[in-house]
Amino acid sequence: MPKKYHIETKKIAPRLPKRGKFGIVDWREDCAQCHNCVKKACVYDRYRQEMQYIKNLDEFNSMFFECMGCFSCVQKCTKGLLALTVNPEYERMGNGYFTPDIILTTWNQAETAGIPVSGAGYRGKFTGSGFDSMWTDMSEIVRPTRDGIHGREYISTSVDIGRKPKLLSFENNKLTTTLPPLVDLPVPIIIEMFPEKYHFPNLIPMLLAVAVKTGTMIIVDWKYHHLLGAYEENHLSNIIFYLDKETPLPPPDILKKLRLIEIVDSDRIEQRINEIKAVNPELVVSIRVELDACGEQRSIELAHHPFIEVIHIVSDINGNQTGAEKPKFIKDMTRIIHTSLVKDGIRDEITLIASGGIALAEHMAKEIICGADVITINMPLLIGLECRFCKNCRDGFACPAKIETITAEYGIGRMTNLIAVWHDQLIEVMGAMGMREARRLRGETGRALFFEDLEEETFGRHFGKRIRA
Amino acid sequence: MEGILARELGLKEVLPENTIKTLVPQVEVDREVKPAPSRYRNEIAKYIIRRSSDCKLCGKCAQVCPHGVHVLKPGYKLFSAPHLNVCIGPSCQKTDHYCIDLCPNKALQMVENPMLKSMGDYRWTPDMLMATWKMAETGEAPLPEYGYDYETGASGGGFDRLRFKFPEKPPVELQDDDIDTSIILNRRNDGRPQVKIDVPWYGGGMSFGSVSNVIQLSKARAATAFNTFTCTGEGGYMERMKPYDDHVITQIATGLFGVREETIQRVRIVEFKYAQGAKPGLGGHLLADKVTPTVAKMRETVLGISLFSPFPFHSVYSIEDHQKHMDWIKHVNRRTLIATKVSTPNDVDMVAVGSYSAGTHIVHLDGGYGGTGAAPDIAKKNIAMPIEYAIVKVHRFLEQEGIRDKVTLIASGGLRTSHDIAKAIALGADGVVVGTSELVALGCIRCSRCESGRGCPRGIATTDPELAKDIDLDWGTQRIINMYAAWRKELVEILKRLGLRSVSELRGRTDLLMHLDYTNDSETHP
Repeated sequence: MPKKYHIETKKIAPRLPKRGKFGIVDWREDCAQCHNCVKKACVYDRYRQEMQYIKNLDEFNSMFFECMGCFSCVQKCTKGLLALTVNPEYERMGNGYFTPDIILTTWNQAETAGIPVSGAGYRGKFTGSGFDSMWTDMSEIVRPTRDGIHGREYISTSVDIGRKPKLLSFENNKLTTTLPPLVDLPVPIIIEMFPEKYHFPNLIPMLLAVAVKTGTMIIVDWKYHHLLGAYEENHLSNIIFYLDKETPLPPPDILKKLRLIEIVDSDRIEQRINEIKAVNPELVVSIRVELDACGEQRSIELAHHPFIEVIHIVSDINGNQTGAEKPKFIKDMTRIIHTSLVKDGIRDEITLIASGGIALAEHMAKEIICGADVITINMPLLIGLECRFCKNCRDGFACPAKIETITAEYGIGRMTNLIAVWHDQLIEVMGAMGMREARRLRGETGRALFFEDLEEETFGRHFGKRIRA
Repeated sequence: MEGILARELGLKEVLPENTIKTLVPQVEVDREVKPAPSRYRNEIAKYIIRRSSDCKLCGKCAQVCPHGVHVLKPGYKLFSAPHLNVCIGPSCQKTDHYCIDLCPNKALQMVENPMLKSMGDYRWTPDMLMATWKMAETGEAPLPEYGYDYETGASGGGFDRLRFKFPEKPPVELQDDDIDTSIILNRRNDGRPQVKIDVPWYGGGMSFGSVSNVIQLSKARAATAFNTFTCTGEGGYMERMKPYDDHVITQIATGLFGVREETIQRVRIVEFKYAQGAKPGLGGHLLADKVTPTVAKMRETVLGISLFSPFPFHSVYSIEDHQKHMDWIKHVNRRTLIATKVSTPNDVDMVAVGSYSAGTHIVHLDGGYGGTGAAPDIAKKNIAMPIEYAIVKVHRFLEQEGIRDKVTLIASGGLRTSHDIAKAIALGADGVVVGTSELVALGCIRCSRCESGRGCPRGIATTDPELAKDIDLDWGTQRIINMYAAWRKELVEILKRLGLRSVSELRGRTDLLMHLDYTNDSETHP
């Protein structure tokens, strides 16, 4: 049995006050000083911590940001003076897609590397758009056991990137098919470049260190390769250099040490691939295709070329098609591309990497079910560093989370924690589904439940036609 | 005093000679509704009244308010904290005792409580929480004047978008006493008792460990009062539950914690738990902090060590294996019924039919949005289908297979009110299992911190002796009884308005429902 994939994690404390959901406790006049709230009501001891804070004013006041919203103090206050409300700063976080809840859970996961657990059932909407309009299946009786998660059995999250032969030929019991090069990753996550406006140069070497620690890879624009410093030479096998249309190829001594390289889609891709393969025939080449109005069709078209190994489809950070008035979502575009390739009988030959809109671990599992072999992330890693998605950096202002000043220990630790806990959650979902391999999860839409299908199948037959999108 | 089963059936006829007689005298609990006010000093109210400095303390407001909102105690110059929870809000404006208008100094102002924004969630809205508390306190649904919009949540789908198509006038004039809300749990005609419960619901499995002793007992006593059941969950059977044996379902889950022949022989229903809606496919996990000496003793495990219930049963990989398990239980207890609790995967219909063919009496579907205990967030939201779909799917398939009337279909997972219960039955279930609602009746505010540290700050999902002290057994029992009573009244009212004499007649009547997101054009879409 191969050694089990494991990411070492350790708790990395936050640098900044947390912005909890229940941030404001309103002390009104007329307090009886009975200390009921301090001594009895708050089982989390937040009020005592508040006293401590008052004594040591040099520390930030984070304790009320950690209020659990149990209302005990509000309801037990002798004079009924306390009120609790939602922290307006909390509500302001995010961009609509990356919601305050997503940001808060990402902070916690990056801090503790623990799977988020809570009680009292699900609290959210029945369904939603994007990834919220589908559920993953579970297997009631036959499945790998929970031991798959905790020990005896092995649930593999490994994936292969590259072109796979349609069939294998043998002669005299010997394989005669020439096997194309493949890159294997222990986890179906690649670290994606950040959009130009969210670019923090100091993060690049840290991201590489995270890729090395987790055994995955990072996409780095070749024009920033100097930022990798000394790490670059030692860890070229973890780097995917991205080359724009006009960017010249990296020197041959570097090309020869790479496992995967990415070039932008253009009308000269065949020529570029030939130039790369001429230097290093074992180097797998990925074609980056923007999911604009033509992205789906272009990806399908590219997949039919025998020299294409990997297609990297890229939507915007929120998972939307670019430049469209009514943009499609990444999961739907992936399904269209995947299904088309399945119909054409070429799906298994091509690797599909998908970018954009992957904000939570569940999105990774769902995107793979919809047809991606591998997903990439960038913004969740930034949020893991206590980014609040305030967009100050995008607009050219100073980062309130001071991401440009973080230490390597903090940055590498938090981002590693996040990938580790995403991996754990992928295993949870796969364990429930009875899937032993992430490779087999790809495109398994039969093991997912889609809102539209369920509605049609159950309510549609009783209540007519659905009139609400 | 002998138990109901003993009285109705005669134990000697039912129990084989080699079965140990373990029944102890059973306790009866009165179903009577009695006031059970909130255990908190300050109740959370929908509306608050602000008193400005213009108040001249004339006492007019206290004088006119028939609900007793304003409190000016004799001999005191200043008002005490108002009882805002009994204020009926803006609907009072239509009356002649609206304090805001009658205040001679215009010193009062009424606003919706801004704190409600921080309470509840899409599934359990603040109104639903407060209405449930009100029912638990009084045994009645809150009057319309209170303005609680509690019949549906705000999740935007499933039960929250379904409505009953009530005719303007009931097709048949019925009185409350004409309505039968009971259901039968054994339809197999296999010689085992039919077991009838007076209301179409029973209490969900919550183990000692996940909730306190008092909570389990309160649930058991309320179940006894309403001649229904509660479930021990996984983790053993407390000695203190023995007087309620006739109303307890003992659970056999994958960890087999606390499962002993002696406990199986005591009960009328044994439940096999394959999965649970809160974490479908993931088994159970009792955190180390909650494994106190008592829990460890009952589960026969080690103090302070996390306990995993694996997934699935290591001995069940087919329907035949499932049958083998049931045969074992049926042999150990010749009078018991078997319930099989499963989650809601894509092939839930096949699972239900398979389970029936293996010999189960009750198929219990636990939908993906339910659950009371701690669970990974990724599981709660994403794994398995919501119960609304599963009920329809299974009911339909059981009908197609011609076995619908031979199995009792019970649904759970996100049912919050009597209206949800009625809708679940109209979609095709025979009855339901409730869990969260019982906890809300006991004061749960759904802060979701069941798992953290010592456990629930409200003294419910905890084994911490100090926190558990917050709930008194009589009070806990009464709160659940009151909520059950209010639910039953509401259910009777629904059936009356639909002209149905029994809740069984409602089963599968999707024609009585409409969905707000559909054309509801049954002629073109039969």
